[in-house]
Amino acid sequence: MALLEIRGLTVSFGTSRTPLIAVDHLDFAIDAGEIVGLVGESGSGKSVTALAVLGLVDFPGKVTCTQLTFDGRELPALSAAGRRAMLGGKLAMIFQDPLASLDPCYTVEYQLGEALRLHGGTAERRSAKARRARALELLRQVEIPDAPARLRAYPHQLSGGMAQRVMIAIALAGQPRLLIADEPTTALDVTVQAQVLDLLVRLAEERGMALVLITHDLAVVAETAHRVVVMYAGQAVESGPLPALFDAPRHPYTKALLEALPEHNRGRARLQAIPGVVPGARDRPPACLLAPRCPFARARCTVEAPPFTGAEGRRARCHFPLDASGRPGNDWATAAPLPVPAAEGVR
Amino acid sequence: MSAAPPGPWRELWRSYAQSRGALLGLALVIALIVVAILADAIAPHPPNEQYRDFTLAPPAWSAGGSSQFLLGTDPVGRDMLSRLIHGTRLSLAIGSISVSISLALGIALGLLAGYARGLTETVIMRLMDVMLSLPSLLLAIAVVAILGPGLANAMYAIAVVLLPHYVRLTRAAVIAEAKRDYVTSSRIAGAGPLRLMVMTILPNCLAPLIVQATLGFSNAILDAAALGFLGLGAQPPTPEWGSMLASALEFIQRAPWVVTFPGLAILITVLAFNLMGDGLRDALDPKLKQ
Repeated sequence: MALLEIRGLTVSFGTSRTPLIAVDHLDFAIDAGEIVGLVGESGSGKSVTALAVLGLVDFPGKVTCTQLTFDGRELPALSAAGRRAMLGGKLAMIFQDPLASLDPCYTVEYQLGEALRLHGGTAERRSAKARRARALELLRQVEIPDAPARLRAYPHQLSGGMAQRVMIAIALAGQPRLLIADEPTTALDVTVQAQVLDLLVRLAEERGMALVLITHDLAVVAETAHRVVVMYAGQAVESGPLPALFDAPRHPYTKALLEALPEHNRGRARLQAIPGVVPGARDRPPACLLAPRCPFARARCTVEAPPFTGAEGRRARCHFPLDASGRPGNDWATAAPLPVPAAEGVR
Repeated sequence: MSAAPPGPWRELWRSYAQSRGALLGLALVIALIVVAILADAIAPHPPNEQYRDFTLAPPAWSAGGSSQFLLGTDPVGRDMLSRLIHGTRLSLAIGSISVSISLALGIALGLLAGYARGLTETVIMRLMDVMLSLPSLLLAIAVVAILGPGLANAMYAIAVVLLPHYVRLTRAAVIAEAKRDYVTSSRIAGAGPLRLMVMTILPNCLAPLIVQATLGFSNAILDAAALGFLGLGAQPPTPEWGSMLASALEFIQRAPWVVTFPGLAILITVLAFNLMGDGLRDALDPKLKQ
């Protein structure tokens, strides 16, 4: 059984007449010890998904789902206190901006100690001495040099990379089974990014901890994740194991994302971009959400929403999934083309 | 490792000490506190002792003055200096008590309004708007009229008058802080609403509150003097600066010292706290830091 299993997760904001659908019937599962990348551009619903899992979407946001189980327990059924006890313990999360995520009023020792007092082992809950020893050990595990001095530091005295390591140490305090890392390296220097990623992967492997890496950086995912879910405008458009998914993407959006990478465009005058923008609350397409931006769109794409299907653990939300050579499959060649007025939006 | 970075207190002191006015304010405030604490020891006479042979004696340096009464005496022969020294005690007590009351209430209401939002916020904030729409002295007089005159009731009245400022300030700071990532981090770590409000958000909102409380101190002293002057605050034999002014008003032509010195005492005290408040604002507000 999966460690975290989500079925039909929908999160919407705004009024009921013009809802902004941030996450649209998302299915997602992760096994113990697995590293899964959640990829998509800004506004595709990656972070909101994480917050919804943790029960942190506030009014006016609305969360519905058919199933949301973590570690065999139905999360929405838990009381507020029960959920709080689980949060930060078995289920932890770290954020994009580490310096903003640490409380500027308290020292590292206090903040680590707080997490240990709530979620640590029996010894740490009872004695301050055990907490201090464990805090030092955690700081060493996240490879912070001169840990005793860092314990006394306030957040503004730490560098970005150091602060992110402290955040990871705090997240590890409760021996989590699942760590959700929301863009953990975006705010860091490139060299520090690699170190923090290596650290996360190593810690996940050592502890058998599952890791959800939320990012828009495909390189980050390609190096670390076992499996990846690509999101677009709140929907999962493609999922599958790596490296197969990046080698031969089946969804046109994934293909376009990969082609937009600067590495892929070496030697060209202009980077390839995806035309248009992510649809908002008022211009959400009726069927396939990518249809207005998709080079392969057909008439069917604007009237019938594609199902999220596929074989061998590979699933794609497309009527004409791409084959290994990158050409659209099924009966694309013979399908009716886009009606003329709609075609103007396409290249 | 390099030398330890300066502690938060040292850092605060360093930026505070950059302003001479702030240092002057701090020195005056410390001097006032010392005077208030040692009032019994340093006052040359008991504050309510009437020397009937020396009514309206002029200050020591003017013609007819004696070194027995350095700042002269009032119409019933009480030593001005001693009364002013004891008045310091009263003024500081009024300031600290009314500021404490309204700070405590204001923080509680502001935290609630800023954290809960919605209907709670609307009710609290509109109530504060109503209180702000009345001139502050008028509101204080109204409260005293309901509670009855007296020093303690004047303090409550001043606390009520100061309250909306703290509520608004706290609410604004809480709303700004509540969106920050560290608050979400704290929620993810399993913190409940009370812990979030008091332990996570509140300490980060303190800087503007400290400044406002210091400035509110001088407001409280001023309002207490005004109430005393109107006969609604401290009652006669009490050596309160405002009521001293009021009781000596008719002698302003013949014996100007009886009104000058209490007025100067109020002026210096209010100035001291304002200077200190401005200095604290410069030191605590990161937006004003160079």
